[in-house]
Amino acid sequence: MKKTGAQIVCESLIAEGVDVMFGFPGGVLLPFYDTLPQYPQIRHILVRHEQGAAHAADGYARATGKVGVCMATSGPGATNLVTGIANAYLDSVPMIALTGQVARPFIGKDAFQEIDISGITLPITKHSYVAMDTGSLAQIFKEAFYIARSGRPGPVLIDLPKDVMTDQAEFIRPDKVDLPGYKIPTHGHPTQLKSASKLINEAKQPLIIAGRGVIISGASAPLKEFAEKAQIPVITTLLGIGCFPEDHVLSYGMAGMHGTGYANKALENCDLLIAVGMRFDDRVTGNVDAFVPNAKIIHIDMDPAEIGKNVRVDVPIVGDVGAVLHAIEKMIESSRHIDWIQQLDEWRKQHPLLDIHDSAGLLPQHIIHELYEATRGDAIVVTGVGQHQMWTAQHYIFHEPNTFISSGGLGTMGFGLPAAMGAKVGRPDKMVWLIDGDGSLQMTIQELATLVQDNIAVKIAVMNNGFLGMVRQWQDLFYAKNYVATPLSCPDFVKVAEAYCIAGLKVTKREEIRPAIKKAMEHDGPFLLNFMVEPEENVYPMVPPGAANIEFMERPKKEVSAWQRRSTP
Amino acid sequence: MATTKHTLVAIVNDRPGVLNRVVSLFRRRGFNIDSIAVGHSEVPHLSRVTIIVNGTTATVEQVRKQLDKLIDVVKIFDITGDKLTGRELALVKVKANSATRSEIIEIADIFRANIVDVASDSLTIEITGDEDKIESMLKLLQGFGIREIARTGRVAMVRGNLGVMRKKEKPARTRAKKPVTKE
Repeated sequence: MKKTGAQIVCESLIAEGVDVMFGFPGGVLLPFYDTLPQYPQIRHILVRHEQGAAHAADGYARATGKVGVCMATSGPGATNLVTGIANAYLDSVPMIALTGQVARPFIGKDAFQEIDISGITLPITKHSYVAMDTGSLAQIFKEAFYIARSGRPGPVLIDLPKDVMTDQAEFIRPDKVDLPGYKIPTHGHPTQLKSASKLINEAKQPLIIAGRGVIISGASAPLKEFAEKAQIPVITTLLGIGCFPEDHVLSYGMAGMHGTGYANKALENCDLLIAVGMRFDDRVTGNVDAFVPNAKIIHIDMDPAEIGKNVRVDVPIVGDVGAVLHAIEKMIESSRHIDWIQQLDEWRKQHPLLDIHDSAGLLPQHIIHELYEATRGDAIVVTGVGQHQMWTAQHYIFHEPNTFISSGGLGTMGFGLPAAMGAKVGRPDKMVWLIDGDGSLQMTIQELATLVQDNIAVKIAVMNNGFLGMVRQWQDLFYAKNYVATPLSCPDFVKVAEAYCIAGLKVTKREEIRPAIKKAMEHDGPFLLNFMVEPEENVYPMVPPGAANIEFMERPKKEVSAWQRRSTP
Repeated sequence: MATTKHTLVAIVNDRPGVLNRVVSLFRRRGFNIDSIAVGHSEVPHLSRVTIIVNGTTATVEQVRKQLDKLIDVVKIFDITGDKLTGRELALVKVKANSATRSEIIEIADIFRANIVDVASDSLTIEITGDEDKIESMLKLLQGFGIREIARTGRVAMVRGNLGVMRKKEKPARTRAKKPVTKE
């Protein structure tokens, strides 16, 4: 029996295991939305802005490990997805972005709401399709999902002209894909595995740096076994947080620009760096010429193009991180590295992370610590981008993969709220906390309405400092406190929440933190906490831009309780 | 680090937009393509793209790997170090009158080029060869007045029995010579 293109799209989505999608309709998508009620298996969540749909699909994918699906109409709908697609591309998130397109006879005519979205997204998608034939839809969807979720995951865009949705074709779901140009490395090369284990056995001061590739590969267990057997300390990148339990005795936190002092000291002094599922981003390496000056590097990654891209590598291993770690673990000897680990513990004492100074006001570090205590580290924590993001990375202790969701590569302000929404939809069993800044939140604040309409119980903690805090911090440290375009007049977020029918509470005193968090957690449904935090609190440690990691700055000692409280509305 | 000319051969799906994907990657990584030549290959539905690019070995290797990630790029090789047959075709329209015509034809003969069109005051010459040969002939013709040049860009093939599709890929480079600094 023949089916319409819209029916084939729905059946293909269901066949790929999609039960929820985030979207926003429009003229050319009407045939699709007209068909959607025939398939009640697919829950459609209407966002308030297409950027929210893309970030929600992103958050959903990170929280569940499944492919996130978002949809937008042609023209402005499609261009509004672009930031979200770029974000997913840079953080290797599996996503399918569906865009409506004008009917085929109008393509290339600058028709109403026509835009070349596959052209626009060419450099930020893993692959893309313009479906020019209803009969090809089944094949396209099969390939697109396969490409999005396999290998190094990423976003795949499918552009759907209106008349392709209304035309009819037989729906025959292909049982396999044939992509001769698509190679997925699996096991590492035996020679390289051998060289790697030799280096590991010989190393006196080895160090593991683990990234999001470990989470994607589901390789937390092999990583732990490997680290424990060889007794190698583990540090992570920002997006690697959660891939190794942070309360583990071998865990030394996050490295890089706002990494712990001891992680950065370990990088400086290690004689072997085992980089696992990470890509030597400049926020991790600092000045790349001064990065790990004394170490040989083993780089394990799924993507051959990441090998040797930013730093020299001694032993490259291309393959699935989990499989490679498992193989190496079998080949290496048990060792202990007692002196090295003692040295790291010594540095940890010298450069404690929680050097929170005394302050009468509210400190974000305290709040995040209290959130950790209250949730026992069992929540999924989503952030926006900025100071609050770094404080969350530093002060919340993550035990499990996929529990810290943040925009790393693109650094997208406004990612937080929609991503938290997607995460909660994907993991309704988990408590989902959004820790956001007043700047970040206002970029996508309209999604509060989506939380209400679709009853998505995200708990929101706003670190409200009345500034674009991270930019202000750079102005403070590197631009002589010339605060241009960073002071921020904010609405009363509790009243805003109230207007959206979301309960909220303003918190101004330290003793109010705990009861407020308790209240938010006990409340049935979304809840917003507006924390009026110290306006000019800085994130430390910090590696100044362009400097070597070892040149990290710590909080100036005299900077104790010298705050002048700015009045924020 | 010294830049050298590299010859990349890509076997790509013969589909709309594929060339755009390939070229766009060069733009994004800041590479200037010296020449690019596209045509059918020995396999139906697959095209062969020959790209000449100037760059250090490490950076060209990075571009090769990025191109290899494109789903529509079935295979890609940097055949710079191999024994090659490289050819380019050029059409050259030269000013010619009764006094100069025979001299121009003589030059064309030396280069085993063909005269493909004769008009009242011009000659069109077709020449095939490597870039040096074409440049040499153009230099000699310069004095007569060149009206128009059309060049195809190089196509290349590795010498010997095996086709490029059967050629083994080089093992991964163990150590990039110098770290590439990223902004």
